[in-house]
Amino acid sequence: MYKILKAEFIAPNVKSFIIEAPHIAKKRQAGQFVMLRVHDKGERIPITIADSSPEEGWINIIVQGLGKTSAHLNTLEVGDHLQDLVGPLGLPTHIENWGTLVCISGGVGTAESLPIAAAGKAAGNRVISIIGARNKDLIIAEEQMAEVVDEVRISTDDGSAGRHGLVTDVLKDLMDEGVIPDMIVAIGPLPMMAAVSDQTKEMGIPTMVSLNAIMVDGTGMCGACRATVGGKTVFVCVDGPEFDGHQVDFKELGMRQKMYKKQEAESHKCFLEQQMKKVKAEEAAKRV
Amino acid sequence: MKREKPQSFNTIPIKERLTIPRQEMPEQDALLRSTNFLEVNLGLTPEQAVVEAQRCIECKNPTCMDGCPVDIKIPDFIQLICKKDFLGAAEKIKEDNSLPAVCGRVCPQETQCEEVCVVGKRFKPVAIGHLERFVADYAMAHGNDSSKSIQKPEPSGQKVAIVGSGPAGLAAASDLIKEGHEVTVFEALHEFGGVLVYGIPEFRLPKAILREEVANLENMGVKFIKNFIVGRTMTIQELMADEGYDAVFLGLGAGLPRFMNIPGENLNGVYSANEFLTRSNLMRGYEFPEWDTPLYRAKHAIIVGGGNTAMDAVRTAKRLGADEATIIYRRSEIEMPARNEEIHHAKEEGVVFMNLVNPIEFIGDEQGNVVAATCLKMELGEPDESGRRRPIPMEGSEFTMDVDMVVIAVGNGSNPLIAQTTPEIKTNKWGNIVADEDGLTSMEGVYAGGDIVSGGATVILAMGAGRKSAAAINKYLKVKVGSVA
Ligand SMILES: Cc1cc2nc3c(=O)[nH]c(=O)nc-3n(C[C@H](O)[C@H](O)[C@H](O)COP(=O)(O)OP(=O)(O)OC[C@H]3O[C@@H](n4cnc5c(N)ncnc54)[C@H](O)[C@@H]3O)c2cc1C
Ligand SMILES: Cc1cc2nc3c(=O)[nH]c(=O)nc-3n(C[C@H](O)[C@H](O)[C@H](O)COP(=O)(O)OP(=O)(O)OC[C@H]3O[C@@H](n4cnc5c(N)ncnc54)[C@H](O)[C@@H]3O)c2cc1C
Ligand code: SF4
Ligand code: SF4
Ligand code: FES
Repeated sequence: MYKILKAEFIAPNVKSFIIEAPHIAKKRQAGQFVMLRVHDKGERIPITIADSSPEEGWINIIVQGLGKTSAHLNTLEVGDHLQDLVGPLGLPTHIENWGTLVCISGGVGTAESLPIAAAGKAAGNRVISIIGARNKDLIIAEEQMAEVVDEVRISTDDGSAGRHGLVTDVLKDLMDEGVIPDMIVAIGPLPMMAAVSDQTKEMGIPTMVSLNAIMVDGTGMCGACRATVGGKTVFVCVDGPEFDGHQVDFKELGMRQKMYKKQEAESHKCFLEQQMKKVKAEEAAKRV
Repeated sequence: MKREKPQSFNTIPIKERLTIPRQEMPEQDALLRSTNFLEVNLGLTPEQAVVEAQRCIECKNPTCMDGCPVDIKIPDFIQLICKKDFLGAAEKIKEDNSLPAVCGRVCPQETQCEEVCVVGKRFKPVAIGHLERFVADYAMAHGNDSSKSIQKPEPSGQKVAIVGSGPAGLAAASDLIKEGHEVTVFEALHEFGGVLVYGIPEFRLPKAILREEVANLENMGVKFIKNFIVGRTMTIQELMADEGYDAVFLGLGAGLPRFMNIPGENLNGVYSANEFLTRSNLMRGYEFPEWDTPLYRAKHAIIVGGGNTAMDAVRTAKRLGADEATIIYRRSEIEMPARNEEIHHAKEEGVVFMNLVNPIEFIGDEQGNVVAATCLKMELGEPDESGRRRPIPMEGSEFTMDVDMVVIAVGNGSNPLIAQTTPEIKTNKWGNIVADEDGLTSMEGVYAGGDIVSGGATVILAMGAGRKSAAAINKYLKVKVGSVA
């Protein structure tokens, strides 16, 4: 079960997996995610379903190695198996024909916004994608995005590709050119989603963001994933993951994401040490 | 219902039986156990079990059975213990209860079977729960898996889906497989057992026991599928129409933990009991970093609530190394819904009880970590709808205490997923599934029972509901076959 059919790095530290999961492939809609465990003592982590094939029975996930679990996941290769995989979870993205839809994404968020951009296009929108990254090497899924949307614009922090600056600068450019988005979907690191929401709030453009709260079960049982939206507590895994960006308390969510910083660092260090030992042992074995 | 009085194997005169003291359950030393997750209760010895069984006066009208929601033939199995036929006793219990090793440990016996035991009127009641646990453990240790003794039934050719592997689902599966149906249990999580694996801690209910019970059901032919969330991975309609299930039982349990809606509840270090216990039990956070899931190890933890869940959380916090682990409960100890044994054990382990206190705000530092709780003292007024005296805040009694972890254990709402994805199934205003006496929901062939129907209750009540639905499903399937043929 949950066999890895394909695995390749698509950017430094970012790996794309094709995983056998016929039931999930059949049901998933844009915006939904899976919970997975890499091994039998592992954490459960949420990852968005970037793509799927109901006919061939697989799903595609794109993973950025951040801490222990995602780094471990990214060591897996074709033929390896995931310990556990459940989904599709979360509410599907609400898609309609708004007119002009701008999908803004940063980092692996681009993988998460791909299915939404595609669904938006299929619903008849004019879709513009703005992809932001620290530098040119960290841009992912640009070609896939270009295939489904009307236009792709890039920004990099260091100017190594596209516009030198932030996604918010590109959005401003667009508006200066006279494009008025009817809907914005922003997916990426929290500071990015917060900045976009701030910018669009002033302009009164509806903005949807996908919140990456820390989760445990992903089924609405524990409340680990809670966030404050419009002054009310929501459970991101069952009430979301997408919410009105103008209503989200980003500061609180940002602090909640750092809740286990110390433990995560410890766990990641243990893992790296194990990996080092493994590599050294392999080298030693080769020398013999 | 008239039943035959069981054969007696007790030669001690009745009067003398009443002079035998109730046998004490051996337990791990309190100081030692508050630092480990090993089981607290160690189980009666065979000698103790026989002596305890001899305390039963073999009532003509055994009221103990009325106190047991699944009508275990208590006097019968007790006589088999007197005869030292422990395996026979286990078989006798299993006629009515497929999870005796679990119930013997976690049933609130003092308010069920033991509360109405006749001996208990003047002396301490017969320790029915401890005896049940003893024979179940004995049978397990002696490789007595009931799947071997039970004859394989004629296949009925019909398929039943059980959604949720908590006690309700497991009890229903056990009864349905015996009727020859093809039974599949679907579970959303990666382990089977519901609250028994994610909620109730290892020190009260070792997970190995549950795994063995699940393995027994597997041997009897029940199929278990994990990581499958009905409503999302597949809907109920799809299970019935596309996968050919003739009937479905929903044992979804309670869901959505309740919070108190007070300021500061989303600070780091403020957990729901479900999250805290799931991180500890299901994800084994207490073995971090050997296991990957992190968990706070607090210096001063407060746990808000007075039920079993609160006791489990506070005792877990203590075991994780808290210098002080405190229960904050807004009524007094008499009103606490937790089992006496849990309260008693918690006290022995050094848990502090602050009764008649209610938090009104949690205070955080710059990084959003909880550092203090502001509380009010309460006094008890007139009884409310629940019959318990209503707590009333005392004016000017506000005080603040330093804390670095808070666990909110004030109950659960219901899991909204099935209601969201299957509008045919009616729910009430609390989100609980509406079902009749037999567990039948508003959708044909779909039954429900356990916490999802009753709201948070007990293991044995959930099992009882699972059994009732199983019986109704059997009837339904017989009629269904009849109408097809
Ligand atoms: C609905 C949803 C969809 C997601 N989809 C994807 C995806 O498609 N691809 C992908 O690579 N990641 C995705 N994530 C994020 C992913 O779950 C986290 O990166 C992962 O849980 C980190 O686990 P770890 O053990 O590797 O790192 P940890 O050691 O837990 O964390 C490492 C660092 O990441 C931060 N962090 C922790 N949890 C999260 C989180 N949930 N989101 C963001 N940062 C976090 C921590 O503050 C820490 O600094 C998604 C998250 C959610 C909630
Ligand atoms: C911490 C704690 C301590 C307790 N202590 C005691 C005690 O000492 N004694 C006692 O008698 N009772 C106790 N209880 C109460 C008792 O555990 C519950 O009443 C009982 O477990 C309810 O059983 P259930 O089968 O209805 O549901 P659960 O045990 O809740 O099981 C439901 C299962 O269904 C799964 N599920 C839900 N939705 C889906 C879906 N859509 N698809 C697939 N699977 C799904 C869930 O993941 C879960 O595994 C305690 C409860 C808690 C939380
Ligand atoms: S199942 Fe519970 S109530 Fe019934 S006899 Fe056993 S301990 Fe008592
Ligand atoms: S009520 Fe008590 S004494 Fe009487 S049969 Fe039951 S267990 Fe024995
Ligand atoms: S992750 Fe547990 S409720 Fe959302």
